[in-house]
Amino acid sequence: MRKLWSFPGGIRLPGFKQLSNSDSIRSLPVPERVYLPLRQHIGAQARPVVTVGEHVDKGQLLAEATSFISAPVHASTSGVVINIGSHTVPHPSGIAEECIQIEADGEDHWYPALAPLDNIDKATPTELRAAIREAGIVGLGGAVFPSAAKLKPPRSIDTLIINGVECEPYITCDDMLMRSNAEAVLRGCVLLQRILSAGQCMLAVEDNKPEAMQQLRKALDILIKAAEPGAKDIELVSIPTVFPAGGEKQLIKVLTGQEVPAGGLPYELGVVCLNVATTAAVYDAIFLGRPLVSRIVTVTGSGISRPGNYQVPLGTPIQLLLDTVGVIDGEAKLIMGGPMMGQRLPTGHAMVVKGTNCILVNKPQPKMTPMPCIRCGSCANACPMNLLPQQLYWHARGKTFDKLERYQLSSCIECGCCNLVCPAHIPLVSYFRYAKTELADQTFKRQRAEESRLRSELRQQRLEHMQREAEERKAKRKAARLTSKKKTVSTKVMASPAVENAPHSMQVSND
Amino acid sequence: MTDPLKIIEAAESAPFISPTVDVGRVMRRVIYALLPGILAYIWFFGWGPLTNLVYAVASALFFEALMLAIRQRPLWPFLSDGSAVLTACLLALSLPPMAPWWLLLLGSFIAIVFAKQLYGGLGYNPFNPAMAAYAVLLISFPLEMSQWLLPLEIHDKLLNLADTFRYTLNAQLPPGITFDAISSATPLDKLRTGTGLGQTVSDIRNAPVFGIIAGNGTEWVGVGYLLGGLALLGMRIISWHIPVALLLALAVMAGTGYLIDPQQHTDPLFQLFGGATMLGAFFIATDPVTAATSARGKLIYGAGIGVLVYAIRFWGAYPDGVAFAVLLMGMTAPLLDQYTVPRVFGARRKSWRG
Repeated sequence: MRKLWSFPGGIRLPGFKQLSNSDSIRSLPVPERVYLPLRQHIGAQARPVVTVGEHVDKGQLLAEATSFISAPVHASTSGVVINIGSHTVPHPSGIAEECIQIEADGEDHWYPALAPLDNIDKATPTELRAAIREAGIVGLGGAVFPSAAKLKPPRSIDTLIINGVECEPYITCDDMLMRSNAEAVLRGCVLLQRILSAGQCMLAVEDNKPEAMQQLRKALDILIKAAEPGAKDIELVSIPTVFPAGGEKQLIKVLTGQEVPAGGLPYELGVVCLNVATTAAVYDAIFLGRPLVSRIVTVTGSGISRPGNYQVPLGTPIQLLLDTVGVIDGEAKLIMGGPMMGQRLPTGHAMVVKGTNCILVNKPQPKMTPMPCIRCGSCANACPMNLLPQQLYWHARGKTFDKLERYQLSSCIECGCCNLVCPAHIPLVSYFRYAKTELADQTFKRQRAEESRLRSELRQQRLEHMQREAEERKAKRKAARLTSKKKTVSTKVMASPAVENAPHSMQVSND
Repeated sequence: MTDPLKIIEAAESAPFISPTVDVGRVMRRVIYALLPGILAYIWFFGWGPLTNLVYAVASALFFEALMLAIRQRPLWPFLSDGSAVLTACLLALSLPPMAPWWLLLLGSFIAIVFAKQLYGGLGYNPFNPAMAAYAVLLISFPLEMSQWLLPLEIHDKLLNLADTFRYTLNAQLPPGITFDAISSATPLDKLRTGTGLGQTVSDIRNAPVFGIIAGNGTEWVGVGYLLGGLALLGMRIISWHIPVALLLALAVMAGTGYLIDPQQHTDPLFQLFGGATMLGAFFIATDPVTAATSARGKLIYGAGIGVLVYAIRFWGAYPDGVAFAVLLMGMTAPLLDQYTVPRVFGARRKSWRG
């Protein structure tokens, strides 16, 4: 047994997982229309390579990556591009962003040019990374960071961690993926380990998912028996169920005992961490030649009549998904993501995107009125980052930004633990989000002020310089005049160039 | 412009799971945890603690409601949060049992109006309201504050509930009973005056007000509070840091004295189960609003109270020192919190000092 560490704080939550993990993954009928945002990832927005009216096949490139940290977008079904323009995207404010809209032809026909990578066993890490990048794969755990960029860390990696923890209540999409397609996950692990040439690979699963673990064990045994290269290096690790054990920093701590430096990234410890769904998507891209065009989405909650996991084409309107699974309560709230870190969506107009792991619809609950903080310290005990949420709360209220920085607000991962254990029902996470944007705004303003101070200082210097020059010239002229009284004829000739020069030099220094 | 803080509090954001704790529940559990101590108190000393509780709770609720109305705050959420009732209970249990009604009324007034509401109400008071009121009463009414009851076992004159109420209202005892017959200085008081007169601890402890480990009767009340405190620890309503540090520091102080000179110092157990130690350690020092909040801060805070309690008991002018110790250490709490910030996850060094 591997020695496991624990992270500070954390809470034990009721899972509500049995709501959605009793049936196998179901598929949806092809939607009539899909809306594919050009930005479903962290980084630069993709650039469309198709035009309105063009017919596209499923898996065909619609928009290409525009920088190192960016990801392409592919058609999630076959049909005609009918619009490239703004459409509501899944965001709490209901904002609209650039989307490619496809009217499906119902054929769901794969793009014929798609093919598995040639000679996979001999492919170099660069080739594999390129294939992953072209497949539009991003972190499917919710962070949506382009995976190819993550797989090119600036230093050597010795530990690859595959995250199958899925610590949020209600969500079971990774659980169901591991149960139904353990082989793809494991083969994906092998590929990723090859790309990173990492010495060890750990696949971590919370101990509340014994079925998933069993399937992984079985699949791993088969791979090892078949002498699949790399399979014997994969280690399956069962970890205790404590929220947020699936947070990247927390998981790395649990498995390695190391802490990702504040403000730093896991590669600094020689660790790269990817989600199981991402790993399976890598398998699909390399072995099947299929770009990321659909994902498993958990649709669950007390407001859903047929909760379960669905293989959903990207860009499917959430409302369509809800209509298919049946919403019991019209008043129910729509949440994208889990109950701890998810976001409330104002409408179902938005679509399923690469980062949509869960659609949660719960019957409305009475809103708790916040009471004053009684400084009980439950929040600090629950904080997995060892912060003092209560102090941060006071300073966020008081807008004492220097204190917020000193108490390291930036380390807050917004997991919601403090918020949930607060007996006064203070919306701590909302305060921290607010304070973070305020802090960023402050830093921005401070930078601008610094720049303008620098500019004005330089201007002052130039003015002083000019004044000095003018005085020197004046002194020279004076001196010249004095001498001219003695040498009358030559004076005018000497003085005139200096006078002509003056406006010219002013122009130059004013630029 | 609308207040962004208002928007934050009204916004619907994660987590979307209903919390299982609330302030009222925490306060109520603390009050329930006082019950073993209260029952032992009544068992050994008669109905006196009960009359104290009745007057204190009624007046505290009245003053709380009055102040909330004046401050235009919603009445029900704050009256039902149990904080005023808890303050009243702690005050009632700190004052001599069977105290006159006006003493408790005045105490509640000081605790709720001055120490709590004028500072901004629940969560904003820098001092423990019950202890602030106790300190003011002790200084202002030394006579009333030192009239403690003898355990029933000694005088065998049980006043019934009606007699007890009558006495607290008009200071009239039933015929044939004088107040002197049922009252006495506390064991701690006796000890202090006795050692002051040159008597040895062992001689002093022969007096009937002393029991097996501490005061006759009071030691069992202490045990009752200890049980309630352990229940709070078990329910994770309080953390172990403050009570353990407090009791340990007090025991070390007393133990050191006892080792040096057992004629002048009592053994540590006497200090732990005598006076208000257990009530203070588990119910008063652990008041989160006025205590330090970080783990290390709590240890220092608790230990400081333990040391001060012994210092006041042994060298001070007052027989017991829990109230003053709690108030004094309460002043250090903000500073302790500032100097004991825990290392943030992933931070290289201690994040900052000062």
